[in-house]
Amino acid sequence: MALEEAGVPTVAVHTHVFARLVRSVALANGMPTTRQAFVPQPIVDRTPEQLRSYIEGADPISKRPFMQELIEGLTKPLDEGDLKGVSFERTTPRLVEPDTEDNLRQLFIDNHWTDNLPIILPTEERVAQMLAGTSHPADKVVGKLRPTMFREYWEFTVEKVAVNAVMAGARPEYFPVILALAASGQTARSSSTNSFSVMAVVNGPIRKEIGMGDGVGAMGPYNHANATIGRAYNLLSQNLQGGSVPGDTYMGTLGNWYNYSATFAEAEERSPWAPLHVQKGFQSTDSTASVFFGGWYTHAGYGPRDTWKEKFLHSFAAAEHYLPPVLVFDPIVARGFVELGFDTKESLAQWCADNAKVSAREYWDNQWVKTLLHPLAVAGVEPHATRLKAAPGDLINMYQPEDITIVVAGGETQGAWKMIGGRCTNTVLIDAWR
Amino acid sequence: MADLLTVHDPRGYPPKVTGKRLAARLDKLDGKLVYLVDCLFDNSEVFLEQLQHWFEEHLPGVQLKHIKPRESWVDDPDMRAAIAADGDAAILGVGL
Repeated sequence: MALEEAGVPTVAVHTHVFARLVRSVALANGMPTTRQAFVPQPIVDRTPEQLRSYIEGADPISKRPFMQELIEGLTKPLDEGDLKGVSFERTTPRLVEPDTEDNLRQLFIDNHWTDNLPIILPTEERVAQMLAGTSHPADKVVGKLRPTMFREYWEFTVEKVAVNAVMAGARPEYFPVILALAASGQTARSSSTNSFSVMAVVNGPIRKEIGMGDGVGAMGPYNHANATIGRAYNLLSQNLQGGSVPGDTYMGTLGNWYNYSATFAEAEERSPWAPLHVQKGFQSTDSTASVFFGGWYTHAGYGPRDTWKEKFLHSFAAAEHYLPPVLVFDPIVARGFVELGFDTKESLAQWCADNAKVSAREYWDNQWVKTLLHPLAVAGVEPHATRLKAAPGDLINMYQPEDITIVVAGGETQGAWKMIGGRCTNTVLIDAWR
Repeated sequence: MADLLTVHDPRGYPPKVTGKRLAARLDKLDGKLVYLVDCLFDNSEVFLEQLQHWFEEHLPGVQLKHIKPRESWVDDPDMRAAIAADGDAAILGVGL
């Protein structure tokens, strides 16, 4: 659309599954008649001959020849609708029309405002109680979110965050954590076709103040604060950014269960290492939330047993190469690594970065490495450019040590660990939202 | 009759939509320079190569030039400026 504004007639080609999405994006950008042409999904892994058949075939949306759509999109004179564009205000009311509880519950489901689990209806009284959990005024703008980089940002206030916190079943004392997550700028409901999610790790005194779980079942539905804060982060993301609706504002092909709730506290008192927020430069007395974008792969193991190195290397090789891991260790595992000589998280992360390798052929064949990192390598951006120089059979390092996160949590009922794909996009100060 | 409840709307605030005009269309493609913009999705370059072959076979008078942004999913003003400088039209493919 920027090219059109620069005076260059343009046609954008998409695969047909994105038809609804691209039309809604065009409308939101004030150019609803943007010329689009569609080919069948997929493009990936299709041979040149198959792609040629797409070009010589019909547009699966208009049912007209694809090339006719393309050529007419560049040459057919504009009509009145094209010339005027579309300008309009979009408003969101503060309150929904009064109705019965049953009808309101159905309305919230029909409008895709829930995660399809029962919610607490956000009555004025409940929202007012939630607002008492912060010193900030209800009309203060908290931030803005969007489901993808090519959609417009939506803005929201403290009150709108409170509405979603109520819906999730959170208590007012959790509200500063939820506000901090909302202010992080990182949506927990990305529209990526990869079905990403966002995991949040809470550090500092507020963990104990509000009773967050860092022990048995810390990553499961066994702690009220963990469960409802994580749920609130997801609900507020979908509702405050303008939706997370399949085919429109959500395109994750498989979906992701981490999108229900994925928030827990680090077991700082039982960890032999510095807590995550101190690693990030905060004081131990600060309360923070660190958000990790990913959640696409999960590996698991025990130990560190005699073969821990082999297990780690197998797990790294099986991971998505573009997404570094978050290693979540039960305290038993963390203490075991200390006994092996890893006296800091950084020393273990360095070992992982030094040894997590795959062949260059396998690395560059990864779909998202090719899409996201290959252009950077071609442009000379390091370390990607050096990796691109490797011969197909050469082993190349996948991660930088600073990309690898280690968090300690768990109830010490077993020396277990998880490896979850996640890149830390932000660590936010919760105290700013008390 | 059941009691009526008043509840909050959970949605955020969208920005105002400001209408923008499309560029004037070309009277013909023959003799024009059309940029084929690779959106960097996996295999999109193969698709654009096939599109180039189609033009060469059916509309050989159309000049074609391949171009890529520096990075996936990030606006590249330099690329846009290059297209606007001498391009008559552009085809983006294959993107979302």
